[in-house]
Amino acid sequence: MSPTALVIAIFALALFGFYLGRRRAFAVAGGRHRALRSRPDYYGAYAALWCVVPAAAVGALWLALQPVIVEELVVAGLPEAKRALPADRMSLLLNDIRNVASGVIAGGARDPDILAAAAHLDRLTRIGHIALFAVGLAIAVAGLGLARLRIAPDFAARDAVERTINMALIVCSSIAILTTLGIVLSLVFESIRFFGQVAFLDFMFGLEWSPQTALRDDQVGSTGAFGAVPLFAGTLLITLIAMLIAVPIGLLSAIYLSDYASEWVRGVVKPAVEILAGIPTVVYGFFAALTVAPQLRSLGEAIGLDVASESALAAGAVMGIMIIPFISSLSDDVMNAVPQALRHGSYALGATNAETVKRVVLPAALPGIFAATLLAVSRAIGETMIVVMAAGLAANLTANPFEAVTTVTVQIVALLIGDQEFDSAKTLAAFALGLVLFCMTLVMNVVALHVVRRYREQYD
Amino acid sequence: MTETAQAPGHGPAKRRPKLDPARLRRRHRAERRFQLYGIAALAIATSALLWLLVSIVGRGYGAFVQTHLLLDVHFDPALLGISAEATPEALARADYGAVYKAALRGAFPEVTKRRDRRALYRLLSPGAADDLREALRDDPALLDRRAALWLTASDHVDMLRKGAIDRDTPENARALKNRQIAWLDRLDAAGAVESKFNTRFFSAGASREPELAGVWGAVVGSAFTMLITLLLAFPVGVAAAVYLEEVAPKNRWTDLIEVNINNLAAVPSIVFGLLGLAVFLNLFGVPRSAPLAGGMVLALMSLPTIIIATRAALKAVPSSIREAALGIGASDTQVVSHHVLPLALPGILTGTIIAMAQALGETAPLLMIGMVAFIVDIPTGPVDPATVLPVQIYLWSDMPERAFVEKTSAAIMVLLGFLAVMNAAAIFLRRRFERRW
Repeated sequence: MSPTALVIAIFALALFGFYLGRRRAFAVAGGRHRALRSRPDYYGAYAALWCVVPAAAVGALWLALQPVIVEELVVAGLPEAKRALPADRMSLLLNDIRNVASGVIAGGARDPDILAAAAHLDRLTRIGHIALFAVGLAIAVAGLGLARLRIAPDFAARDAVERTINMALIVCSSIAILTTLGIVLSLVFESIRFFGQVAFLDFMFGLEWSPQTALRDDQVGSTGAFGAVPLFAGTLLITLIAMLIAVPIGLLSAIYLSDYASEWVRGVVKPAVEILAGIPTVVYGFFAALTVAPQLRSLGEAIGLDVASESALAAGAVMGIMIIPFISSLSDDVMNAVPQALRHGSYALGATNAETVKRVVLPAALPGIFAATLLAVSRAIGETMIVVMAAGLAANLTANPFEAVTTVTVQIVALLIGDQEFDSAKTLAAFALGLVLFCMTLVMNVVALHVVRRYREQYD
Repeated sequence: MTETAQAPGHGPAKRRPKLDPARLRRRHRAERRFQLYGIAALAIATSALLWLLVSIVGRGYGAFVQTHLLLDVHFDPALLGISAEATPEALARADYGAVYKAALRGAFPEVTKRRDRRALYRLLSPGAADDLREALRDDPALLDRRAALWLTASDHVDMLRKGAIDRDTPENARALKNRQIAWLDRLDAAGAVESKFNTRFFSAGASREPELAGVWGAVVGSAFTMLITLLLAFPVGVAAAVYLEEVAPKNRWTDLIEVNINNLAAVPSIVFGLLGLAVFLNLFGVPRSAPLAGGMVLALMSLPTIIIATRAALKAVPSSIREAALGIGASDTQVVSHHVLPLALPGILTGTIIAMAQALGETAPLLMIGMVAFIVDIPTGPVDPATVLPVQIYLWSDMPERAFVEKTSAAIMVLLGFLAVMNAAAIFLRRRFERRW
């Protein structure tokens, strides 16, 4: 009696309910559906909704609470010595029990207490699921019965159904807010725990980043060093390189495509540039690590420069290529929004095409281009795969683009990949870095979107 | 411009501009230069694209073929460790490694030293045993008989044949030793070395042996993940867009939702991964590494795209349609569900396909929720541990073996192929069904 069986049973019942509701409506109307307030299908839908919604709500609540309650019972069933364990050891023990119960670890020569607890857990879970099945089905049937009682010729079934639909729409549109809330809360909570272990100022202004030592108690300074300045510097360096490539190329491309290119060239080249935006970042990362970086390295050797194989230049250059279409299509938008009358006025005064673009269109579009650049910067800062694959891991405080640097996103990935202890400063540091990243990009996005909106209104 | 016309010192009488030919030439040169900058920028952008594609295809096309060696194999029950009347289960468990090793010894009887023999065995992949198992399963009559079969060669042999291992490098720096190359040349001279289409690449899961590694496991994992993403993001996204565009009053709450959606569209993907780790995995207890968790995270990421596209499509439906429906007594919900939504559907689907294509290429958030585990088995459901294509690409790009570079590039080609098909479908939908009112 798994929860899946319940879902299937309730949906079957809802189908039956739809049929039942329709038939009931016909019956109470004496077979003439003109006597009904709403169309017969709405009575069916009304019955089906009463069947599904309460049962689904109770079922979801049940499934959310059951593990917690079962865990309490299992802990209560453990021998005295095990119950007295500290919280972190207890969570490890529970993990073991869960794994044994779900058969992840074949229980060979194991602690008999764990085996017994696992059997206990298994039994309780099964009882819970059977009870859930019974309760869920009972609620569904009861809902159906209630709906059947309510159906009458002058009952406004359509209004009732539409109210439910509207509620569902509101819930769906609130998910965006819930997501933001979830992001903020999860980042803030974990970060607060992190700053309980590492001082906030040390994190924001420390020059030493070596989280690797954090797990080794025998080492001097076993908390590791969590000064994030080298990461911020590395992120900014790579972003700067990317922008130096993407902004001029993207802007000039947009100008050429909107003010010079013939219809034919535009039709061919514009999609080609936009393909760059559709290529997954992991592909750019591979390209940066295996093609661009070695080329840059051998190029550097040829002219006597020492280029690291994970240089900031390679990662930044490829990131710049990735961002070109972003800049070009956004600035294309804002330049198209500049009224044609301004251009015509400039031409009428005898200005050439280039002079019109440089002295009329660009100044008028400048806020929009600034916003586009800001959005591109925020994207570059948050970009992960290119730097994970092509930039270094070692925190290196340098402004030399030929050296390897590391970034915020690289460190988040490095800290969270593989086995993690959820309470160690090392894992929590990733959330603190994530919070910094989120705040930086949020500010840029809000400013950029605000500028774009203001700017659009200006010419509308 | 008006300022120059009224420049001081000229007075109202001298309003005609001076047309200095040198200045005009300079201005026209600047004009041409500016145009050239534009062309150069476009040339750089498109050649970067070309460079990327050429380098991927150039590295990866070789992975679609795999070197095979033709050997005279004897399915000897004694070597297989089974009786002559073995059940299919016993056949499946038999020791095929011994059989292909015996076949290699048979082809090179002069190799007798243990070390040399081990080097000889390394010409074939461990996957050769699977080739033999399949051959015997397809034709049980082969038991205790001899047959000439094409067996999968090891990755080093494959690399040598594709030119990635250079014969001229000193022996101790080369993965294949001189004597192994000599054996191969002898086989080659006898016509027993051939490149065949690499079916395993499309049917196998991940493997530590490059010649046995395939993308199928990752493709299935991607399919389950996309299914979850679509099931969650499409209904919720369309419902949210309908609410914001057709139902909602304009107030603080809807303004807040709009601001949120626009911001979420620009939040770095890795932050969604952190959300998935903290909320879905640690709070809700969704299984780690499962397509379910990945699909939930990607659904949250795709929501803004779907909502924005759906709203644009809804906005494009003219209000006369709504008014006509209202005029004949439809309720607001009926107007939307019977008229506006069906008319906006092509636009909605186009946006959804594009959002799915983005989600299919996404890697970073999935790293956070443990989809980087090394998984050999092909997943059978959305709660099995799985990996997805982009993550598989990332994992393979980290492998030290030379042959994995080729596999990675080929996997990228597969991924880009899927994306191209999805985007083509979106363009087709837009061209074919989108109506201009």
